[in-house]
Amino acid sequence: MSTATDTANEDLQHDHHDDHHAHHAPSGITRWLFTTNHKDIGTLYLWFAFIMFLIGGAMAMVIRAELFQPGLQIVDPNFFNQMTTVHGLIMVFGAVMPAFTGLANWLVPMMIGAPDMALPRMNNWSFWILPFAFLILIGSLFLPGGGPNFGWTFYAPLSTTYSNDSTALFVFSVHIMGISSIMGAINVIVTIFNMRAPGMTWMKMPLFVWTWLITAFLLIAVMPVLAGAVTMVLTDKFFGTSFFDAAGGGDPVLFQHIFWFFGHPEVYIMILPAFGIISHIIPTFSRKKLFGYASMVYATASIALLSFIVWAHHMFTTGMPVGAELFFMFATMLISVPTGVKVFNWVATMWRGSMTFEVPMLFALAFIILFTIGGFSGLMLAITPVDFQYHDTYFVVAHFHYVLVTGAIFSIMAAVYYWLPKWTGKMFDVTLAKWHFWCSLISVNLLFFPMHFVGLAGMPRRIPDYSLQFADFNKWISIGGFAFGLSQLIFLAVLIKASRKQGEPVDDRVWEGAEGLEWEIPSPAPYHTFDTPPVVK
Amino acid sequence: MAQQEYQKYYVPEQSVWPIVGAVALFLIAVGAGLFVMQTVSETWKGGGIVLSLGLLTLLVMLVGWFKNQIDESMSGLYSDQLGRSYRQGMAWFIFSEVMFFAAFFGALFYARTIAVPWLGGASNNAMTNEVLWPTFEAMWPLTSTPDGTTTTAMGWAGLPLYNTIILMVSSVTCHFAHVSLEKNERSKLTMWLGATILLGCLFLGLQVYEYIHAYRDLGLTLQSGVYGNTFFLLTGFHGMHVTLGTIILMVLFLRILKGHFTPENHFAFQAGSWYWHFVDVVWVMLFIFVYIL
Repeated sequence: MSTATDTANEDLQHDHHDDHHAHHAPSGITRWLFTTNHKDIGTLYLWFAFIMFLIGGAMAMVIRAELFQPGLQIVDPNFFNQMTTVHGLIMVFGAVMPAFTGLANWLVPMMIGAPDMALPRMNNWSFWILPFAFLILIGSLFLPGGGPNFGWTFYAPLSTTYSNDSTALFVFSVHIMGISSIMGAINVIVTIFNMRAPGMTWMKMPLFVWTWLITAFLLIAVMPVLAGAVTMVLTDKFFGTSFFDAAGGGDPVLFQHIFWFFGHPEVYIMILPAFGIISHIIPTFSRKKLFGYASMVYATASIALLSFIVWAHHMFTTGMPVGAELFFMFATMLISVPTGVKVFNWVATMWRGSMTFEVPMLFALAFIILFTIGGFSGLMLAITPVDFQYHDTYFVVAHFHYVLVTGAIFSIMAAVYYWLPKWTGKMFDVTLAKWHFWCSLISVNLLFFPMHFVGLAGMPRRIPDYSLQFADFNKWISIGGFAFGLSQLIFLAVLIKASRKQGEPVDDRVWEGAEGLEWEIPSPAPYHTFDTPPVVK
Repeated sequence: MAQQEYQKYYVPEQSVWPIVGAVALFLIAVGAGLFVMQTVSETWKGGGIVLSLGLLTLLVMLVGWFKNQIDESMSGLYSDQLGRSYRQGMAWFIFSEVMFFAAFFGALFYARTIAVPWLGGASNNAMTNEVLWPTFEAMWPLTSTPDGTTTTAMGWAGLPLYNTIILMVSSVTCHFAHVSLEKNERSKLTMWLGATILLGCLFLGLQVYEYIHAYRDLGLTLQSGVYGNTFFLLTGFHGMHVTLGTIILMVLFLRILKGHFTPENHFAFQAGSWYWHFVDVVWVMLFIFVYIL
């Protein structure tokens, strides 16, 4: 992987002669509005994602408050549906994806020795359209008739025949989110193809770069399909087409096929960069090289390819021919092979390593264990006859929250703690961070683990009321939910302290065992890095 | 550190245009949303105004951003490496467009090979047909839907065939224009590119004529069931792309008249011509799968 380089300090001094632009960040609000700097844009993405995480989390609190006890007590069912819908949309498109894009912005150029992203102005555009998209989406909740209430998957006919007028706004806001993701992905992919420093060959690329390259490919391949799906919903609802209406020769199941052709690769879009992050953190704190670098790359590529031929495992109960059910079952189970390779490699990296347990490592370890639990429940759901039982129950909710919260989001937190000192030049408040970790770890399991039980016992998802037998578990789930939500305020405190540059200064390498180009530039990372590319040996 | 000759990668200064573009997209989305909502309820107002404002802002942004870009390019700030970034970016953008069309082609294939036959009782769906629409018979083109909407299919001979020939010829003239540019034969370049633009406009004109024919004579409308839906959405989105492509070519034409582009340095021209070839290929797919088969 990435090895020695000429030091960036030299670069910077040498750059002062032939540099056209200032090395110091511009100030004021226009710095952020007009910026073309990958670090600024990365920061914008990360803060935006965190704010969305808190807003989406607040909606989850509404859901858990309603489900604290059986019966309808706090919100009416239509509002409950809007909360589940917008919670999902915000967390997927507003929190996890922008957070990964933010990390890519900050890290990819520094990791491959590039002066910036390949297309810096487009980079700014792809960020700034996002807040507007969510302004529209969240704003639609306040319109007469309310916002989207058909679930984040917006299945027809819920989103066509039975939806409210504001569906049009939902459709156009999803279009903007898609445009943003596609532009972001094009930027990442071109940066990696075209901007690598001399000597940074493909198989020397850090794994975060590899996983993001493959993620970007997935994004460009499937976000347009989502755009097609919402467009057909729009014309079905407002212009009298019948893509998803059997009376006109269409089929509501067609919607599900198109949606999940986007939706399944989307799942990997939200986890592949996490695999990259974990593959950086585990070697650092085990003080060993990553075990099986090449197999990690191939496993990532295999997962991405398989992700295109497994979509219908979301639709086992919608009435497909048996042959199709079998195909999608086996194809899905096949994914556990490359995923298993990854988990094995992480464990093998730690084997006989000289391990220490700094905050990023704690999150990374929690990731490996809890993501694997989510992976196993995914394997259970992949088995068609079993899925007939589990489909649309809380077991599914438990499954995808294990992979998305303790998977994707824990990896993002791990990444933030890992690279934050490089960004700010100061060590974050470790005590608070540890509180954040342990509170999150305990509460997240209290929140999601019992969902497996109520799901297996038959509690359906997306319903504001439930049978009395589920009352005890739901009480604990809700308590776990509130505790997890509050724990994130500790994270907020850590981040505010860090952004005010409080804390002990750190050296360039920050962590003893850290390897890669980003650790060889000064801390905090200068506003412009690698204006002249380093040579990777 | 054996640093070879390195041409600096141009990282632009701060730019006002992206945020203007973001506001534009915001206004367009809100405007278009309200505009559509106005068709179903009196509650909603102002869509047209907001949408026009958005489109205007977008136009300002495009002109400003492209002017910025062209000025930088003409003053020699761009390196070969940056040119590669632009070319790769354009290639991936076209790939995303391909996937957008793929969604609609997928809908077409699913409807004709799965949804419609199943409604007619194929596979194990005899009871679907029996219980829901017993008189419905599966066919493609679906000229009679389960709920009884009837229409006439659009043939492939005549207009669509002419349009296919027109677009394929335009792809060739576009290529000739590119070759002329690379050989620095400016007058040929102008001629071939002009021909391409005229063919593009001719195609669009005929396409409008075909739509009028479909609505007036064939009774084939956007509401005529899934055959009409796939027909109009596929040809409609294609037509929008041809329109955009023609506008791009027109801008290139004006730039050529102003003396822009050299045999070595002509990313914008290359991107425009790639885009044009892309819309031509999509049309060939459309002609095969929507019209002929």
